[in-house]
Parts: sequence; C-alpha cells; structure tokens
Amino acid sequence: MSTSTITEPVTGPGGRHAPAAPRRPRPARRDRSVLFRLFTKVVAIVLLLAAWEFAPRAGLIDPTFLTPFSEVASALAELAANGQLAEHVQASLTRSLSGFGIAVLVAVPLGVLIGWYRVVSDVLTPLVQLFLNTAALALLPVFVLILGIGEASKIAIVIYACTWPILLNTISAVRNVDPTLLKLARSLDLPPLQLFGKVVLPASIPTIFTGLRLAGAAAIVVVIAAEMVGAKAGLGFLINDSQYNFAIPSMYAGIVAISVIGVGFNQLLVFIERRLTNWK
Amino acid sequence: MSTKISFDGVGHTFPIRGSHDRLTALEDIDLDIADGEFAVLVGPSGCGKSTLLDLLAGLSAPSSGRILLNGEPVSGPGVDRGIVFQQYALLPWRTAQGNVEFGLEATGVPKRERAERAREYLELVDLAAFADRHPHELSGGMKQRVAIARSLAYDPDVLLMDEPFAALDAQTRESLQDELRRIWRRTGKTVVFITHGIDEAVYLGQRVAVLTSRPGRIKSIVEVDLDREAADDIRSTPEFAQHRHEIWSLLHDEVVRAQEQEKEAVSA
Repeated sequence: MSTSTITEPVTGPGGRHAPAAPRRPRPARRDRSVLFRLFTKVVAIVLLLAAWEFAPRAGLIDPTFLTPFSEVASALAELAANGQLAEHVQASLTRSLSGFGIAVLVAVPLGVLIGWYRVVSDVLTPLVQLFLNTAALALLPVFVLILGIGEASKIAIVIYACTWPILLNTISAVRNVDPTLLKLARSLDLPPLQLFGKVVLPASIPTIFTGLRLAGAAAIVVVIAAEMVGAKAGLGFLINDSQYNFAIPSMYAGIVAISVIGVGFNQLLVFIERRLTNWK
Repeated sequence: MSTKISFDGVGHTFPIRGSHDRLTALEDIDLDIADGEFAVLVGPSGCGKSTLLDLLAGLSAPSSGRILLNGEPVSGPGVDRGIVFQQYALLPWRTAQGNVEFGLEATGVPKRERAERAREYLELVDLAAFADRHPHELSGGMKQRVAIARSLAYDPDVLLMDEPFAALDAQTRESLQDELRRIWRRTGKTVVFITHGIDEAVYLGQRVAVLTSRPGRIKSIVEVDLDREAADDIRSTPEFAQHRHEIWSLLHDEVVRAQEQEKEAVSA
C-alpha cells in the first residue's frame, strides 16, 4: 500500500473528469453517447466476469480452484442470507473505519502544524517518508507482540498505515499554498486562526484528499491482512478460513465483497471531495 | 495638499544565499506622495519597485530610513492600505462576491453589512452580474476587477498596486486603466502604482517617479500635466508623446544597465 515516495502530492485512484465542453448535441445523439459512455465504463468488467465464468466451465482452468463467477455469486447470496456476510463486513469495517478515522483526526492537524513551519517539515519529512515506505504489514508482528491479538492491534496497524499518506500529503498541501494568497492574508493582518480557517485549510483540501484516498485503500488492505493472521471474524478471516476448509466459492465471495467495499469507500471519498471542492 | 506618504532615506538589503554580503535592492529613496495623489513608480526589472511597495505595505521593514504614513512610521501591515497584486490573489473557492467579502471579514465589518458593501463595490467595477461566479469562470480582466473591488471595499486610505495590469492583453489593460482613473477620481484615494510600462505610467500618473537599475534610487520625478478629458485618444497627442519620450530617455540607460546586470548574474 506504500505506493508513494512523495513530497509532491500523489494522485490516488478515482481521478476527476474534466468538465465536458459546453455544446448542445441533438437528443438522439446524446442518448447514444450516454449509452456509449456507460458501455465503455462496464465493458472491461463484464469481459472479466465472462472470462471468470467460462474459463473454468470450458476446462481452461480447474474449476476446483477457480469457481465460476455464477457460483461465487450464489455463495455470496447465501452468506448474505444467513447473516454471515453482514457479521464479517461489520467486523472489517469497524476496524478499518475506526483506524482510518483516528488517523484523520491525528494526521490532518499534525500535518497542518508541521507543514506550516518550513524547518520542522524539512526535518520531519524524511522520517515520514521512511514510515510511509515501511510496509505496515512488516510491523504486524510488532503490534501483535505489544497489543496482543485482539482488536487493539488490528486498529493500531490500520492507524499506522493510514497516518503516513495523510500526514505527508497534508504537509505538502500546506507548504504549497499559493504564496500570493498568504501575502494577501498577511497584508490584511488576518489573525492566525482565520488565516488557517479561511486560507490555508481550504487551499489544502484537494491535496489532503489525495492522502485520504491513499489511506482509505491502505485501511482496507491492512485490515484484511491483519484478519488473516489472527481473528474470529472479518472478511480477511472469512477468506482465509474458507480456504482452509476448502470452501472455495465462499473464499471468492469474500474477495468479491472486499473489492466492492474498497471501490465503494474510494467513491465515497471522491464524492465528499467533489462536494468540498465544487468551486473547481 | 497634505503629505500622505513619505519615504525618508529608505534603503533595503537582502542576504545573498551562500555569501556574507548583502544585496542592496533600494538605496536612499526620498519621496513624498500627497493625499489623493496618483503616483506611479516606473523602473527596469529588478530595480526594487516591488520591494518598495512591500515596505510601504508593512510586509517587511526597511534596512535603513523610514516610511511615514499620515506622519506615523509604518510598523506592519494594516487595512489602511489595500494591495492589488499582479497575480490577482483571489481565493479560488470563493465567488467574486465572497472574495470581496473576504477583505471585509478581515477588517471586522459586521456580517449583514458585508454582502451589501461587496455588491456595491462589484457594481463599481461593473461586475454585479458576475457576483456568484468563481474566479476560474472569469477572464483575467474580470479577476483583476474583483481584486480591485476587494481592496476598495474595506475603504483603505491608500491603494498599492503592484503591476496589476501586466498579465492582461492590451485591450483589457487599456479599459482597466480607464476604469481605474474613473474609480480614483470618484473615491479620491491615494494610489501608488508600480509598472514597467511607460505608456501606462504617463496615462495614469499625475507624477511618475523613475527608478534607476539596482540598487534602485529615484532618478527623476516627472510631472505629467495632461488634460485627459480634452482629447478622445490622449495617447496619440503630442503632449503624451513628449512625456513618453522624456520618461523613455530617463529609463533607457537604466534598462541597458539592468540587462547587463542580469547577464552578469546568469553567467556568474
């Protein structure tokens, strides 16, 4: 999940679309282009699912190891029906969202503070880079050793994995606020609190959200891995446990569930970002 | 008329990176600007014009000499001076209206009054219809008009303008120059306007102070005595040409010298 060595902000998944040029196509053409856009968006996924369905059925792959997608879907439906899916999803989401939330609450204010003092950020940025690029999972044994195998170690490692991308992007956001805006604020003799609230923070939001999206992806990866090591619930546990018990359709069902959750969380963050930066 | 701004032996130096020497940007500036005057400072690039404006704005303190505003030494930034920047300095997340209100928030104008005042000043710069647009939806000229409205709305005594029209195309620049003169006459503000354009200096200024190349000193002060209402196209009158030539002659040697300095700096 440490995909970035940054001082410059990194663009995470789910980039924005440029606004379409203002033109007024005929209704018929617009209908066709909407359909076409929908088609381009889903075609690759549909092809993947089709290959997943037919490769095992056609005997290209042993169906024991790659269950056709339709069977995975029915396994998923069964898990949803008997309440197991909800239980595991809830366990995983509670861990990743609480870790993510704590990391946001800590790293954003800390990043603003560090970024504001050039010397402090010069001193601390290499350290943050080091932590960012130390795979969080390498530290899982350390967390388990110190915090035990319960919830605390799992949430702690999510916090760890989320903190660094948020911190680094917040630092870089604050450092890169347009200097003429700061000069303007200074010429108006704006008090520090207003300077942060009205200039520095709004100017930093796009870059901070880049960090949030990276952290969101990291939160999910890390929680799954932590659940695979030692847990009694959670999608990571479901995937691993199903594999041990040779319940291969359930295993794939768990994988599908986590990828849907990952995409959903990222889309949610993109949506919030757009609401906050609708001036763009 | 009473003196509004007074530069009294002002000099400014900057530390040079990797050296114990200091770069002298400004030296021995003596200049009085009267209340309500439109004063233009013109000089070659790198002569310290913008530094002079920063000192007057209180964004930094002069290394020597002093600057008086209404007889009081300038000790820091304040809302008695409004700055208009070349790069507009608009908050991209606020509408035109919001940007004008920003200056009013900083000066503690009560909330209800802000919206009304902002609208009034957007009307002054002829942008009332664009009050709810964000900066990226506005042209360069419109952005600078918003910035001017913002600086005027909190009613500073002095308007400091740092090459405000340099980034605009020629037609937009001329129409904003007209607009600025109109606003100046209507509001009676003291304006200190920095430019490197000679035409702009002659067209706008009652007095034009010509600065030397680095270190910047006042080379000469030219009184521009034009009856701007007399001709339709004042820029093509013989009087305009004469003032233009006078300032051009004063600047010419300085520009050559400034270019040599730049070459030395690049090859050093």
